Amino acid sequence: MAELKLTGARKSFANIDVLHGIDLAVKDGEFVVFVGPSGCGKSTLLRVIAGLENVTSGEVLIDGERVTHLPASERGLAMVFQSYALYPHMSVAKNMAFALENMGLKPAEIQARVARAAAMLRLTDYLDRKPKALSGGQRQRVAIGRAIVRDPKIFLFDEPLSNLDAELRVATRKELAALHAKLGGTMIYVTHDQVEAMTLADRIVVLNAGRIEQVGTPLELYNRPSNAFVAGFIGSPRMNFLPAVVTSDDGTLRLTVGERELELPRTASGLVAGARVTLGIRPEHIDVASDTGMLGATVDLVEQLGGEAFIYASAPGLPQITLRQDGQSQFHRGDAIAIRFAADHLHIFDATTGAALARP
Amino acid sequence: MRLGILLGQRRNGPGRPLHWTDIAAYVYLALGVMLMFGPVLWLVLSSFKTESALLEFPPSLLPFAQVEVTVPGQPQKLPLFRTTLPDGSVRELAQVRRIGLVAQMVDPADPSKQYRVAIDKREPVRRVALATENYSEPLQRFAFLRFLFNSVFVTVVATLITLLINSMAAYGLAVYQFPGKQAATLAVIGTLMIPMTIILVPVYLVVTELGLANSLWAVILPGAATPTGVFLLRQYMLTLPKDLIEAARMDKASEWQIYWRIVMPLTLPALAVLAIFSIMWRWNEFLWPLAVLTKTEVYTLQIALNAFQGELQTQWHYLLAMTVVTLIPVALVFVFLQRFIATGIGSTGMK
Repeated sequence: MAELKLTGARKSFANIDVLHGIDLAVKDGEFVVFVGPSGCGKSTLLRVIAGLENVTSGEVLIDGERVTHLPASERGLAMVFQSYALYPHMSVAKNMAFALENMGLKPAEIQARVARAAAMLRLTDYLDRKPKALSGGQRQRVAIGRAIVRDPKIFLFDEPLSNLDAELRVATRKELAALHAKLGGTMIYVTHDQVEAMTLADRIVVLNAGRIEQVGTPLELYNRPSNAFVAGFIGSPRMNFLPAVVTSDDGTLRLTVGERELELPRTASGLVAGARVTLGIRPEHIDVASDTGMLGATVDLVEQLGGEAFIYASAPGLPQITLRQDGQSQFHRGDAIAIRFAADHLHIFDATTGAALARP
Repeated sequence: MRLGILLGQRRNGPGRPLHWTDIAAYVYLALGVMLMFGPVLWLVLSSFKTESALLEFPPSLLPFAQVEVTVPGQPQKLPLFRTTLPDGSVRELAQVRRIGLVAQMVDPADPSKQYRVAIDKREPVRRVALATENYSEPLQRFAFLRFLFNSVFVTVVATLITLLINSMAAYGLAVYQFPGKQAATLAVIGTLMIPMTIILVPVYLVVTELGLANSLWAVILPGAATPTGVFLLRQYMLTLPKDLIEAARMDKASEWQIYWRIVMPLTLPALAVLAIFSIMWRWNEFLWPLAVLTKTEVYTLQIALNAFQGELQTQWHYLLAMTVVTLIPVALVFVFLQRFIATGIGSTGMK
């Protein structure tokens, strides 16, 4: 159990900068998720923390102690790999005991720890099996068990669920959350799946192109994204982004979206007439209006999921708009609908930098 | 059982009529077996021939020996011939003695009757007989066990050393990143292009300078590091998932433990291949031991075999028999280890 601090961590491979100065503090016992598209540097960041990669510059501190130049084996962290990286020639028990043997523990202590972890992960019946005789989910649990027995300062997870099928992924996600609640250790988890990030994290770190875009609790990121990237990355289906122009009408600033004008959200500030902005609105914050509504659109596609429905509609002069309806939709392809944006949930982003200019 | 499965294979699945490609494949395979195995078979059969049978022309495939019979009234066993008598009848007679072109023969069934027969009127009666004395005599006279021990010692110790140091070099070249790694790899592979004959004299000088001449270590040490072995193991180690090594690092394993407890067990298929090669190289090695071993007590089998081949004459019957004996250990090694060659791709337990 430990705190982690990164200051100005940079990493470059040859001449390519992968991390551009990461500053981050992870509190003791916190579950932090690094999320971002592939190639954003999240795995590299995790490996820098693990000690598998050295930073080009900057510092890594664990519990206030500088570990920047310590090798991975001396940092006292445990990592669960995406491929699980189980030692194929060792039984499950040996896999879990390997690190403990390296730590020089007594055989009785090793056995007790392995047995405890195996019981916690329901692996007791499989201790004598080789990894290849296990299912994907069991291998995944062995990999986690290998980390647990160590009682490490920090648990690191590198996309641990991405090799599991959808059903197992949901189940394992819940187990991981329960495990964190039980063990209470500091955990750092890398994923490209924003659902995993939202469900598991105490705090999410959104990374893009080697930079931290935003750090916050899942709902902070969902409700108040600080830029268009975070807004688009968090939430599924993704937020609609519509090009808009700020117009002045008798000194009152308004927003022109496609062929319609909207009132500016109350929170908007620092906007001037003529500015090009991006209007962001999540699918769940768009209603199909019963009256003429705000924007006329034509239904392109309806996805009925039973409990909810997604409608993809196009309005003249705008990109395709996704909206969500509770329950089942009565609309079909080609229907003309009127849609209304929930005024409380409008986001406005700078059209060029993507920075949030107004958020609910 | 396995052979049965193999022979039951058909292009269209088991139990279907033979396709012409099946027949072609079997003919091709049979030809291959004959080419590969024919000389060995001939060697084994010839090793059971008597000295004189070996010199016969045209040679026979099977080891034949002339039948000899005991005839009452004769002190020695007499060779049996199928003889055409002047009256045209053919009888099997024993030869008592031969004078010039005429042989004095006797009927073994009726020793009182003697015949004088021209030697071109008779043919020896022969039957398949194994000249086991080809084996038993040199095994008794010749310090065979000593040579066998020398050969086994050289083979086993050299193979163990080869596996150890080659795998260590391969581990370094496969796992670590360091400046000059590429150059080091190329240098190792480059030595493949230098034949033994070129470095024979310099290595000999080094070995004698170190006082190793006429010791088995002189045979073992110079060839212990083989570029082929390093290259083979390096290529195999490159296919091991990097995650495994990193996982071991996270698990606080020292570099030696990673090498010994993770990488070595996973490289087992490649190590087995190298072991087979090394055993065959070492067992059959001739030129280098011939150069450094001059005392009989340190001879390996191959050098000892060479002793049957004199300047003036060669004792073919002993040479062939001992060659067969020399072949047996490597053949056994091959039979038991060859399945490792096929099971080269270890399941890594990774997806």
